[in-house]
Amino acid sequence: MTFLIQQTLIYAIPLMIVALAGVFAERSGIINLALEGIMIFGAFVGVLFVNIVQQTEFFEAAKAADNYIALQGLELLAMLAAAVMGAIFSLLLSFASVNLRADQTIGGTALNLLAPALVLFLIRIIANQNTLQMASGDAASWFMIKKAMFGYGRTEEMGFLGSTFVDKTYLATYICIIIFVVLSIILYKTRFGLRLRACGENPQAADSLGINVYKMRYAGTTISGALAGMGGFVYALTTSNCMATGDVAGYGFLALAVMIFGNWKPLNIAGASILFGLFKCIASSYSSINIGGVFIFNELGLSAHFYRMLPYLITLIVLAFTSKSSRAPKAEGIPYDKGKR
Amino acid sequence: MRERLTNLYGKDGTRTVLASILSIIIGLAVGSIIVLIVGAVSSNISGGSTWDGIRLVLFGILSTGRDASGALSFGFNPTSIGNMLFRATPLIMTGLSVAVAYKTGLFNIGAPGQYLMGTMASLMLALGIPSEVVPPAIIWIIAFVGGMAAGALWGAIPGLVKAYLNINEVLASIMTNWIAANIVTWAFEVSDFKNLVESTKSGYIYKTTFNDVATSKMGLDSIFPGSQVNGGIIVAIVIAILMYVLMTKTTLGYQLKACGSNRHAARYAGIKDKRNIVLSMAIAGALSAGGAALYYLSGNTEFAWQTYQALPDTGFNGIPVALLAACNPIGVIFTGVFMSMLDVAGTQLTALTPFNEYITDVVIATIVYLSAFSLVIKMLISGGKKRKKAKAAPAAEVKAEAPPEDADAEKGGEAK
Repeated sequence: MTFLIQQTLIYAIPLMIVALAGVFAERSGIINLALEGIMIFGAFVGVLFVNIVQQTEFFEAAKAADNYIALQGLELLAMLAAAVMGAIFSLLLSFASVNLRADQTIGGTALNLLAPALVLFLIRIIANQNTLQMASGDAASWFMIKKAMFGYGRTEEMGFLGSTFVDKTYLATYICIIIFVVLSIILYKTRFGLRLRACGENPQAADSLGINVYKMRYAGTTISGALAGMGGFVYALTTSNCMATGDVAGYGFLALAVMIFGNWKPLNIAGASILFGLFKCIASSYSSINIGGVFIFNELGLSAHFYRMLPYLITLIVLAFTSKSSRAPKAEGIPYDKGKR
Repeated sequence: MRERLTNLYGKDGTRTVLASILSIIIGLAVGSIIVLIVGAVSSNISGGSTWDGIRLVLFGILSTGRDASGALSFGFNPTSIGNMLFRATPLIMTGLSVAVAYKTGLFNIGAPGQYLMGTMASLMLALGIPSEVVPPAIIWIIAFVGGMAAGALWGAIPGLVKAYLNINEVLASIMTNWIAANIVTWAFEVSDFKNLVESTKSGYIYKTTFNDVATSKMGLDSIFPGSQVNGGIIVAIVIAILMYVLMTKTTLGYQLKACGSNRHAARYAGIKDKRNIVLSMAIAGALSAGGAALYYLSGNTEFAWQTYQALPDTGFNGIPVALLAACNPIGVIFTGVFMSMLDVAGTQLTALTPFNEYITDVVIATIVYLSAFSLVIKMLISGGKKRKKAKAAPAAEVKAEAPPEDADAEKGGEAK
């Protein structure tokens, strides 16, 4: 059970934060199809940052001395770097779709093509292979929170809550949850959030009240880029051992589906992403999931391919049932033209 | 004469072509600049190889390797050009797939999935029907048509959910892509088409030549000796022309385009919009799958069947091929060949310099990015005309009405 919850969280959290990224862009009126590309880029930047910085003397010493605070700090810095570069990368999208009134679907697709190409080009030159890893050690030994940090011995138990939510988890997971909550509050309870949402629903009306629609759309897309970049790094850190491969296995698109399923509302998105995280967790490690001593999915005897297909199949089916009642921001995808009233 | 030129210049089609060419030039420039920056920053790469890299990005198709002194040599390389035509075949087909769907107002990002389903169906048919009983030429036709049928069925799924359940076709296509990737892996894993004879290779399906099925060369191999080219390119070009006729000269094509321009107006005019959406996606699926069939039935290609973690690039590259051609089926032939030219340049780059083939994907992505605002580029091209008009109208009024960003864009246009 502990394993199931931990794994689900690991898959659900990047999905949740990237889906929120989608919300910020779409609520401001820009369809951000580039989430996948920005995630790939963010993952690359974060891993590259870790790779370079961990070789400095300070962090080498910190690792040798088991200075957990410094190591967690490194993780946060890498998240920050990924977020900043994700935001910068997303400027390409906002420039095209806000200033040049480009087709947002094509613009997003271009970024989705650009990110893996650029990332793989650089990775191949930097690392001479198709993956970029940490310079030494692995994600678990550098960044994972372990019970030893809290003075527990090897054989001591932390209790159910402790061993589920503290032992063998990543700080990034909880930072993401905090950011998710804070940004959701900002979106609904502040003046900025109200204005942002207004630009996605009726930009003409917003403009007539003195809101700068262009600025708001830039803000929405930039926040979106930062979140997606960070989500990409968190994904790489927690699910693929801090490794950048120029691929996030359709995660950005899955986040878009979660966003639509969650009806562009943060609370629903949190629920939806936990559901999808669960299926993704089943897909990736069904044979070792143990509920009350029974390896239930293994005993069903279904093919591994079926489980791998499951998240996408469920997404499609769930969308089929919910799409009728879903309500997208009215002005999304339409370039804002002051002349049209 | 001059008047004729101006007329030609004034045509929308000409400006579209010019905009595409400009996009290509900018894309290649961006690729070269990235090579230049990486070459300058990296300590392992000398100035000489950076210069070689740039030359290969631009003229890779004409590269004939290195001469005795180690310098790059350029000239007519029949192998490269033949390979370019061979690789263009599936790209033209996936490009057509995206183009037809786009004309109906649908963004077919599902080409990779349809491509995989086509691969599966055509390979299974080509390898499954015993060639002792049925003549290979008939098997080839059955496999090709069967592959297209599988693609049509798979493509129809996003069309159906779009038309009847109002699910965004982009999302539905992405989901069906990954589902297809898993189905194909699964199906081949339980099949007996896995290549177990050649023990040096693992994870590949038999070549279709194991069952004596291969696309006819149609004499092209004597023009381009040493390359993989075959009659598939001719089939692809014929299909492109057929699609052009379908889209511009038939009622069905008119109905599809009407749905693309304005679905509601089309319905009001008595066109069955839902049927047309499904049909358009089915045609798109058949075209993508046809590309896969042409590629894998050629007899000299092998399919690595464990595709569940990655989708085929050929499918995604249909998008830039179509967009660069402004979704014109005839244009797709040329842009498909251009893309495969970049592809060949990429392999030359990997073979001859410290750079790698992914830079050509960067060039492609840049071109797609530019095609997203091709309207603005077209405006820049016809900037001269605009300026004359602007002079005639009271300039101050125009400036006051236009939003500030827009004014900047206009200025940029005038500067050109």
